[in-house]
Amino acid sequence: MGDSAPAEAVVDVRELRYAIDGRAIFDGLNLRALRGQITAVMGPSGTGKTTLLRLLMGAVRPDGGRLTVFGEEVALLSRQPLYALRRRIGMLFQNGALMSDLSVFENVAFPLRAHTRLPEPLLRRLVLMKLQAVGLRGAADMAPGALSGGMARRVALARAIAMDPELLIYDEPFVGLDPISLGVILRLIETLNATLGITSIVVTHDVEEISRIAHQSYLLAGGRAVAAGSPAELRATAAPVVNQFMKGLPDGPVPFHVPAPDYRTQLLERDP
Amino acid sequence: MNNPLLNAIVRMGRVALFLLRVLGQCLPALRNPRLLVAQIYNAGARSLIIVMLCGLFVGMVLGLQGYDLLQRFGSESALGVAAALGLVRELGPVITALLFAGRAGTALTSEIGLMRATDQLTAMEMMAVDPVRRVVAPRFLGGIIAMPLLTAIFNVIGIFGAQLIGVGLIGVESGSFWSQMQSQVEHSDINEGLIKSLCFGVACSLMAVYEGFHAEPTAEGVGLATTRTVVSSAVLTLLLDYILTAAFLNS
Repeated sequence: MGDSAPAEAVVDVRELRYAIDGRAIFDGLNLRALRGQITAVMGPSGTGKTTLLRLLMGAVRPDGGRLTVFGEEVALLSRQPLYALRRRIGMLFQNGALMSDLSVFENVAFPLRAHTRLPEPLLRRLVLMKLQAVGLRGAADMAPGALSGGMARRVALARAIAMDPELLIYDEPFVGLDPISLGVILRLIETLNATLGITSIVVTHDVEEISRIAHQSYLLAGGRAVAAGSPAELRATAAPVVNQFMKGLPDGPVPFHVPAPDYRTQLLERDP
Repeated sequence: MNNPLLNAIVRMGRVALFLLRVLGQCLPALRNPRLLVAQIYNAGARSLIIVMLCGLFVGMVLGLQGYDLLQRFGSESALGVAAALGLVRELGPVITALLFAGRAGTALTSEIGLMRATDQLTAMEMMAVDPVRRVVAPRFLGGIIAMPLLTAIFNVIGIFGAQLIGVGLIGVESGSFWSQMQSQVEHSDINEGLIKSLCFGVACSLMAVYEGFHAEPTAEGVGLATTRTVVSSAVLTLLLDYILTAAFLNS
């Protein structure tokens, strides 16, 4: 792999188009995640942030445009190479998605058991190291059902880094966390990115939190990236849609009201 | 897509395609016997109590009804044969399958459906692990292996129940009860029951894993899928039973 070029794009999305049932989700999306950086993908609900992740992982195929991960065009990969690609990517799901019938330890060991033939003592130490990294070595024997939301997400994070991925993808990592857990996750994303030297993509709508750690941010709206840059640059942008999102204004280009017939006419019309 | 007939045909096609996909992963799944054994335990051992209990009651009813019918022709000594043949060829496989659908089938569907709803299946795919191989195939095979075993236990308990009522309560002679059974029940009868229970095992396990795997990823969707599992398993079992019975009687 070319780690010589510092600004190499691990994920490169060009003019991506994708529609569900005729409704365009992406219409000319451009986005790059550079090696070693934390890239934030933000946007109001329903802008297809999770769909973007599914496209990245090759779970669905785009209708047009190019989407490359590690220089490979995901849409062209058949099953075997796609699975080989996925082994280089760790993904943190919104609710953790831990296997409910396995203990915390076995959950972290799951990808290792599936893809490697490590001797048991080595595997055990590896899992304990991953758990130590997220501070949950003491919870190794617990069942996922007994964990709090923040702890479950940390276990899922330990599982995501079990195979030492080069790219870590986070799907809404801050949703529904108390301030302490949120701070913990935030710090983990930052330290993992720095210490493991990996590339991170964080999909979120928590502007405040991600702005503290992201190197590069994209704001999605209307099927394309309407703004890109460092969090400070985004904040300084005058574009109304960016302004509304970054400041959390209830009305603006993203309207408060769902389209409806005229209010006055509807109230005054006779009952049918 | 509002034509119910068309929908039914589409659904059958989907189930058939899914069956092919599962069958393709069965051999790899066999290489992980630990998972398979766990699923045989889940589907089989956990249905054991209800199967034994129902077997006992069905056998007892057979004892009563069989005696009432046979004594009209003065052949109450044939009670053993009647009960054994009824159980081995028909009631054992069918009722076990219906119980299996209700106990193990629903458990399978809701388990897999919940895995779907909580992104566990997607997470596996993202970790480059095929969920059909890891989750579906062992459960499918486990159900198929468990069904004939459960049926055999149902039959044994049922015959015991019939004996309990016929010999113990009503007073049919114990010697003729057992000796007639021994002389009249053929190997072919046992085979018929075995083949039936295997077929029902495939049908019920397939419906259970299919519905779970394709459940809508919501609480409501999982509930609906569980209902569909019981309905399709029951209908499929009785339909297959007719076809198999007709085929066996013809040959």
